[in-house]
Amino acid sequence: MTKNRAISSRKIESEALEQLEDISGVNVYACYQCGNCSSACPAVEFMDILPHQVIRKVQLGFIDELIESETPWICAACITCTVKCPRGVDIAKVMEGLRQIVLRRDFEHINIREIDKKLRKKLPQIALIGNFRKTIL
Amino acid sequence: MQVSYYPGCTLKTNAKNFETSALAVLERLGVTARELEDWYCCGVCFSQASDNLMQQIAPIRTLVKAKESGNRQLLALCTMCFNTLKRSIEFIKADKDRLETIQEFMDREATRFYGDEVDVVDILSLIKQIGLDKLKDAIVKNGKDLKIASYYGCMLLRPKEIAIDSPDDPSIMEEIITASGCENVYFPFRTECCGSYQIVNEPDIVKTRAKKIIGSAVKNGADLMVMLCPLCYYNLDEMQLEIQKEDNTFQTIPVLYITQLLALLMELDLDIHDFSLHSVDPRPVLKRKGLL
Repeated sequence: MTKNRAISSRKIESEALEQLEDISGVNVYACYQCGNCSSACPAVEFMDILPHQVIRKVQLGFIDELIESETPWICAACITCTVKCPRGVDIAKVMEGLRQIVLRRDFEHINIREIDKKLRKKLPQIALIGNFRKTIL
Repeated sequence: MQVSYYPGCTLKTNAKNFETSALAVLERLGVTARELEDWYCCGVCFSQASDNLMQQIAPIRTLVKAKESGNRQLLALCTMCFNTLKRSIEFIKADKDRLETIQEFMDREATRFYGDEVDVVDILSLIKQIGLDKLKDAIVKNGKDLKIASYYGCMLLRPKEIAIDSPDDPSIMEEIITASGCENVYFPFRTECCGSYQIVNEPDIVKTRAKKIIGSAVKNGADLMVMLCPLCYYNLDEMQLEIQKEDNTFQTIPVLYITQLLALLMELDLDIHDFSLHSVDPRPVLKRKGLL
């Protein structure tokens, strides 16, 4: 356990946490829970776990809880949280890491066939491809 | 002046009016934007995973083509493309190993790209580079009765490494609007996300965002909203009709690409607009304000 991780008496050993660190490359232990990210996030009202809570849970190793959460799928990668963080924690990358952990296991979060045909024809390509980039491996 | 031009997919379909108006405005300002002979989808959303190199291949391939074009500047009109191309450059420049792996993978490309050979540029910065005085000179119609809400969205401002202006308090669009002779309307949601690609499977997020963004611009007295991102454009234009179905007190406002507004003020050929691409018809407001 590194010195920084001494925030919890619980020994944090989690394969998913290591995977998240590898994918995102973010040091979540810089976060001191000021909540700037959550107050700036434009989609926060749709989230079950708020961005600063996501970071806290990562610090404590509760990755499984986050993988079950809707929050990473509500995040649209607008990067407002990252820009607002006074500690330089790239929260948007953590969200991407959480999505990737799920996708690398399950391959897809949405079913393309379930998208309404009319909507599919009407939507600009950047909406569809952008969405698939975040929801399908 | 000549720059290379990367259209991306949507500029050839839903956002055709952005392409035609932007190219016409640039031509009037003395800039030739030459479309790359060969280009690929940029991937739209930049992969933020540090270990995923595959998603960087497509934008890098396009940047190879840009380098081969011989022009230093590559104009990306679509802001999603701008963001992805620019971040891909940052991504390979940050780590030599990544760059080498990508180069090894792209062994059929005749040219190698290292990151510093091409400058990806957005149209706002390009107009500023040409000069706001030149823009002023090209304006024919009087727009002083027009109150314009400039909406930035995310892709030009975040992350800060690729931002064209201050991510918190940008002013480049307002400067261009001032130079074009129109009045700026400030509204607090001008840099906030519209909900982006969530329109596909979480449309309620986009609807909530659109209501706030449009509502705020209307409340501050805007006649029109201008922007650059084809996805913001679709979301904010299309959603207004949906919102109005649920709430008849909701006031709609036409959404235009900023280049459409400039083209109208320059009195360029009206055929470049294709107003059928708009959900909220801008013609009544444009007629009332003397632009049509």
